Amino acid sequence: MAKSKVQSLKSKVHGPRPVPDAPPYGPIATGLSDDDFKHGKVCTTRWTHDAKYAWDRGVAIGKYLAGLKRGKILAVTCGSCNRTMVPPRAFCEWCFKPIDGWTEIKDTGVINTFSLCYVTWDVKRITEPLIPAVIEIDGASKGMGIMHLLGEVDPKQVKRGMKVKAVWKPAEEREGAITDILYWKPV
Amino acid sequence: MGNRVAIVGVGMTKFVRRALETGKELSWLASKMALDSCGMTMNQIDSVVMGTAPDTFDGVHMKGEYLSDGAGGFGKPYMRGFVGGGTGVFSVAQGWYHVASGMFDTCLVVCEEKMSTFQPHAQAAFVTIFDHIIERPLKPNLLWIFALEMNRYMTTYGLRKEDIARVAVKNKTNALYHPCAQIAAPVTVEDVLNSEVLAWPVQRLDVSPVSDGAVAVILANESVARRVTDKPVWVEGCGWALDTAYWTNRDLCYPRYVEEAARMAYKMAGVTDPRHQIHVAEPYDPFDYKELHHMEGLMLCGRGEAPQLTADGVTARDGELPVCPSGGLLGVGNPIAAAGLMKIAELFWQLRGEAGKRQIARKAKRGVAQAWGDLMQVGTVVVLGV
Repeated sequence: MAKSKVQSLKSKVHGPRPVPDAPPYGPIATGLSDDDFKHGKVCTTRWTHDAKYAWDRGVAIGKYLAGLKRGKILAVTCGSCNRTMVPPRAFCEWCFKPIDGWTEIKDTGVINTFSLCYVTWDVKRITEPLIPAVIEIDGASKGMGIMHLLGEVDPKQVKRGMKVKAVWKPAEEREGAITDILYWKPV
Repeated sequence: MGNRVAIVGVGMTKFVRRALETGKELSWLASKMALDSCGMTMNQIDSVVMGTAPDTFDGVHMKGEYLSDGAGGFGKPYMRGFVGGGTGVFSVAQGWYHVASGMFDTCLVVCEEKMSTFQPHAQAAFVTIFDHIIERPLKPNLLWIFALEMNRYMTTYGLRKEDIARVAVKNKTNALYHPCAQIAAPVTVEDVLNSEVLAWPVQRLDVSPVSDGAVAVILANESVARRVTDKPVWVEGCGWALDTAYWTNRDLCYPRYVEEAARMAYKMAGVTDPRHQIHVAEPYDPFDYKELHHMEGLMLCGRGEAPQLTADGVTARDGELPVCPSGGLLGVGNPIAAAGLMKIAELFWQLRGEAGKRQIARKAKRGVAQAWGDLMQVGTVVVLGV
């Protein structure tokens, strides 16, 4: 196969080709404008996805969520690498073996990094920023953080290394979800 | 490392905010240009690799199959590779192993993205990359993870916004000479610092745009390459690596996944001292801090040293180590998968001395391109040389 292909390619070559001044070869794609959208020149459709996802919680996250419902943060440990990990998992992804047990850790922690976000998830502008953060939880190994939100804090005051504490939903309203922690506030 | 593989032809459409062309049409335009650039026809292509990122953008499930006609995939061994933003560079690695294995003589690699389909803003599609139980209920925005990472990078090394804004200035200005650029502009550091705050420390001009576009390259084994061109650009090394999806458990100030991928690619290419053996670099720069992050991951400088190199002009087009002479994603645009392949295309032109007004000042014999994606966890690296 290879031989005949090579020969056919060779016959296509007509000496060196001109090199374009500035490759590639100038504009091709044509941008639509906002006006095209405004005046309905673009075919659009709105469709409500009639689909429901029934996610399994999984072994580890299921236990984590049950802990949150009781106002506790649970972590797992791996005896091989000596890590106490949160969010918990059923296996250690480093050692690729089952974890060695569960421990309850505190509901306090330290801000590893944060952002002041002025747009919502679907890019609507907001004036009061959302403050997502990676929070390293006390009792877990160093660097083990979870993503959550900060509250009851002046955006100007937030900084890395700040100590924070979880603000829980009232016990009767908790449903076993990450939102059972409303947000984290400075201590 | 198998048979030698070269890039022999390249095609690229203009990157625009909303293309009138469909994804299939963009793919065809880029593929046709790539074929024409080396005088080949589709009959001489043995296999096709399509790179295109999330299906969610287009609302077409199994988008690779949908786009296959435009990429010339009909009746040929065709596959789609997808590792989020890392796709563009990864697709060349995929094409490489098709040809290096000896299974195929030639491979057409096409990357296409049309982000404008998703209304009102492609950003909202990204909510589905987060864990559905422990993260999505917090209504995360894609900007969060970049802002968190950028803040971590800044605080770890005591950087100011100015140190990072210089990357946006450099790349958007470099893009002025790119005929396919979407948002080239002679901006200043002040412009970046005064732009709208989206998710502190990320501001409007720190971010690449939402784009539509396509890029294609043709890979060939040595015997074919020598016949269709007298200036083949060799794929000297490929590498790819994934970090854990427990991204909040990682140290966000250093991209370890890039280092792993770079080590794999450098080993294959025989690069032992990247600082001196790499002459031009196209790291992935969807955000300005990301270029710095990735320069460090590619071991082109020590940890925390990239901002100083940028300030000293080392990474400028006429500097000692030109970085993103194309203008990068910040200047040329960011149609996700196509943006990664644009970096490969730029190295092709730079190494052949065909980059026109964008040609770098120093003599370059070897370059590295890198892309990154998924939940901030994949690194893909390709080393090219002449």
